[in-house]
Amino acid sequence: MTLTASSIGRKVAMALSGIFLVLFLTQHFSINMLSVFSESMFNQVSHFMGNNPIVQFVLQPILIFGVLFHFIMGIVLELKNSKSRTVKYANYKGNANASWMSRNMIYSGIVILSFLVLHFYDFWVPEMNYKYVEVLPLNPDRYFEELVHKFENPVRVGIYALSFVFLCLHLLHGFASSFQSVGINNKYSKVIKSFTTAFAVVVPLGFVFIALFHHLTAF
Amino acid sequence: MNLTLKVWRQANPQAKGKMETYNIKEVSPDMSFLEMMDVLNEQLMAQEIDPIAFDHDCREGICGMCSMFINGEAHGPDRLVTTCQLHMRKFKDGDTITIEPFRAKAFPVIKDLTVDRSSFDRVQQAGGFVSVNTSGNTQDANAIPIDKHDADKAFDAATCIGCGACVATCKNASAMLFVSAKVSQYALLPQGKVEATDRVLNMVKQMDEEGFGNCTNTGACEVECPKGISLENIARMNREYLSASLKG
Repeated sequence: MTLTASSIGRKVAMALSGIFLVLFLTQHFSINMLSVFSESMFNQVSHFMGNNPIVQFVLQPILIFGVLFHFIMGIVLELKNSKSRTVKYANYKGNANASWMSRNMIYSGIVILSFLVLHFYDFWVPEMNYKYVEVLPLNPDRYFEELVHKFENPVRVGIYALSFVFLCLHLLHGFASSFQSVGINNKYSKVIKSFTTAFAVVVPLGFVFIALFHHLTAF
Repeated sequence: MNLTLKVWRQANPQAKGKMETYNIKEVSPDMSFLEMMDVLNEQLMAQEIDPIAFDHDCREGICGMCSMFINGEAHGPDRLVTTCQLHMRKFKDGDTITIEPFRAKAFPVIKDLTVDRSSFDRVQQAGGFVSVNTSGNTQDANAIPIDKHDADKAFDAATCIGCGACVATCKNASAMLFVSAKVSQYALLPQGKVEATDRVLNMVKQMDEEGFGNCTNTGACEVECPKGISLENIARMNREYLSASLKG
């Protein structure tokens, strides 16, 4: 049996792709946070990320593969798991022994996936169109304005904020769980749990703060 | 205590089962749950109703035979006990108690509350042992020095009684806690290291073939395990499996 065909192999693959997405999220969060402090720095870094060939043609495809892999594998595992108990319990007290987050990863994941569709429509599709379809002239100063423009709409800010609540719930279980999946459960686990919990709260709330900041300061 | 019991009744593996409601009176709080079931069965037989089939053996919490999913939890609401060690004082007069079999595709119902847990036996047979040469000059196990810390952890893992509460309670019907306990108890000891690679690969392969679900680290199994088997064992099995897979 190959590694990816086994239950443990698939869990490890989920964990590694999850950790990769957490690293991406950290990078995305750091760049977005710049927009709060300095318009020019945000433009500079965004221009670099948007035009550097390694970022565009190596890292970006890896990221897209990572996102798709994590979602598809998550759904594959969920389908397998639902078939492992064909007759359901009449009375099942899931909250007696496991957190809501850990029992509902598929639902928080689906919300995040739906959010990503909106997010791609908002930023990635126009960006691809700008650079590779219409091939408009390079403008290193456009990124901040585009960002602020997107957060003018309160409904969009609301949807973003709600989505990040689900990202927080997803990370609260998923980030710590990925260490267990790759076999790390030892004397450092308490520190890991504290760190992953802090990350799961601070980063999504930070994204909400950024959206609200631009919404409220745009006028 | 007077109680209302909602019990899963299923005549045989092929039959379509359903929940039946029974009333039972004058239950002593000092009875074990299984004693209460015995009284209920006597009551049913007096009414010429087929008694409820349920698994039990030692009634001392060590054989792993009793099961039952009571009020939404494996082995009921108490912690670190099997159903036979659960006492009626955990319930209140007038309570309604739902009693279902351990449910999993890999644990098909035989009758009523009894389920076929032979999938665990097959997983164990796939590698949960140490091959011993019975030539007559076998080395005494105690002649090999073992670190106390490792010996304790191996013993903790070995306290798994294979009852299946982990599978029953897991939302994915995963058997990872059971299999990891069996893998760990050998992986931690020098006697088990010789066959460690084949053991973990074969046991996980058998676990997957039996139709158990995937572990999603909810931790429910550890909470409901009557022997308190730790999730550390699952992490250890993950490490053992990864290392064995890389070795080929």
